[in-house]
Amino acid sequence: MSYTIRNTFEKSAVEMRKVYTDTLIDMARKNDKICILDADLVGSSGTKAFFKEFPERAIDCGIQEANMIGVAAGLSAVGMVPYAHSFAPFATRRVLDQIFISCAYAKNNVRIVGTDPGVTAAYNGGTHMPFEDMGCLMSIPQITLIEPADTVQLEWVIRELENTHGVYYIRLLRKNAMEIYEPGSKFEFGKAPVVRDGNDVVIIASGIMLHEAIKAADELQKEGISAAVLNAFTWKPLDNETIPAYAKKCGAVVTAENHNVVGGLGSAVAHCLAMNCPTPMEMVGVQDEFGEVGTEDFLRNRFNLTATEIVKKAKAAIAKK
Amino acid sequence: MNTKELRVFAEEIRVETLKEFMNLGFGHVGGSMSIVETLAVLYGKEMHIDPKNPQMEDRDRLVISKGHAGPALYATLALKGYFPLEVLLTLNQGGTILPSHCDRLKTPGVDMTTGSLGQGMSTACGIALGNKIKKSDKYTYLILGDGECNEGQVWEGAMFASHQKLDNLIIFVDYNKLQLDGTTEDILNLGDMVDKFASFGCHTVKVNGHDIAAIEEAITNAKNTKGVPSVIVLDTIKGNGCPLCLSQFPNNHHLKFKPEDMVESVKLAEETLAKVKEEA
Repeated sequence: MSYTIRNTFEKSAVEMRKVYTDTLIDMARKNDKICILDADLVGSSGTKAFFKEFPERAIDCGIQEANMIGVAAGLSAVGMVPYAHSFAPFATRRVLDQIFISCAYAKNNVRIVGTDPGVTAAYNGGTHMPFEDMGCLMSIPQITLIEPADTVQLEWVIRELENTHGVYYIRLLRKNAMEIYEPGSKFEFGKAPVVRDGNDVVIIASGIMLHEAIKAADELQKEGISAAVLNAFTWKPLDNETIPAYAKKCGAVVTAENHNVVGGLGSAVAHCLAMNCPTPMEMVGVQDEFGEVGTEDFLRNRFNLTATEIVKKAKAAIAKK
Repeated sequence: MNTKELRVFAEEIRVETLKEFMNLGFGHVGGSMSIVETLAVLYGKEMHIDPKNPQMEDRDRLVISKGHAGPALYATLALKGYFPLEVLLTLNQGGTILPSHCDRLKTPGVDMTTGSLGQGMSTACGIALGNKIKKSDKYTYLILGDGECNEGQVWEGAMFASHQKLDNLIIFVDYNKLQLDGTTEDILNLGDMVDKFASFGCHTVKVNGHDIAAIEEAITNAKNTKGVPSVIVLDTIKGNGCPLCLSQFPNNHHLKFKPEDMVESVKLAEETLAKVKEEA
């Protein structure tokens, strides 16, 4: 793992879905086993360029997610490496049994990509707003659950997957992400990069919440509170070394996720700490509610997925020391 | 194998499958008995396989989507030499390589893990599609249960297979007219299975699923049909050749019995085997 944090943070000029597609195309030019499947959302996933360049390896299954996941498992059985996409709720909760049996239990080699995590589903509203996708998959043995924070981390993840075998779920923001890492940064599944060091409280975040965590750390610094920030970009496997080490060092923990805290990152970190290093803890995230329609900004405030909330919870966790 | 030899092979599979159940005292006897002849034709004649190299990449594959018929497949594989016949007596025992439902990781020769109904339809489509992409000329065979066709995923797969022109996919439907809770007509009426699959764009025929020659002919015709997947609806009797199972009609999906109750059925199957051997 060799990553560098940017000095200043700004939105990437390139959408995450374009980085995803361009990276896959680059890999597919050298690897004729890579194929992609979609469930009538090629226009949304941004993979049209892949369909154009590799028509024989790109399959639009139509609106049939269960069949798509089973087809992906079958493709894997004859040595292909499928990437199957739908909106996150339909790529996970709708097809849980297909992922469980045909993919994971049968030890097939399948990548599942779910787009529009949590509040980023915005105008598609509650039916399309996954606060549960990672939680649905969390209890599948040996599955890897990934939420990249920016284009650099995303590209590393996609390229790294070429050398792996198993079931991988990528929780993918389609739009432009805040850039956190310098290009060329390298990561490791199950290892949480230390984005900011600190001593009084550790904030553990992924995806769009990582930048909120950094902003919260800046705010806390102004008040003389030293906050560390860890980027748990794989919720499973979770970093069972760095997280307890920072919990011990700081004595207070806050998780920040764009997901239900029940069955999500908060639950996973609480489990890790209970087993390794019981520590006062607070969870920023959706508090066991359903999604609803609105702009992303409205929804971030509606569900308290903000730096302000992280600051509040950090102080609450410190007060419990 | 010629047709007569395939008849012998089928009866051998029946005998060994019944012995598995007799040893265990329970199991999915009915749905195993109804696909014995199909397994004999596939493994005795049609499939390009190598029992000494079960993972041979360029091979024909079978997905038994009605995964509870695993015991019939295990008998077939043992008779083909994938593993010793004695292993059949470990069915469902702790640590066995022969679980109640098919598992590609546990049993040499099992090509896909099944048991959650409907899913084998899609994985078989994926295997067939993968072979098309890889320009392999190998076939993918799929055995669906009729009750299994209650599952929506079967029809997603049928639409997909047809749209993708998977003429390297040959689908059997074990139409034994029974599911766990009763007759398919009473529980959830399937309608006309031939019409249904045909309307999805599949080349579809119905044959006597216990007639070896009819199954052979249907497979030959399926292979000669280009551009669309083929469906062979097997008109079968759940528990065929097993009086104990037939006596429980229509509730013979899963039987529990004293081993001695199965003795007569095994004896009858062995007598039938001896008779067809004489004819062969």
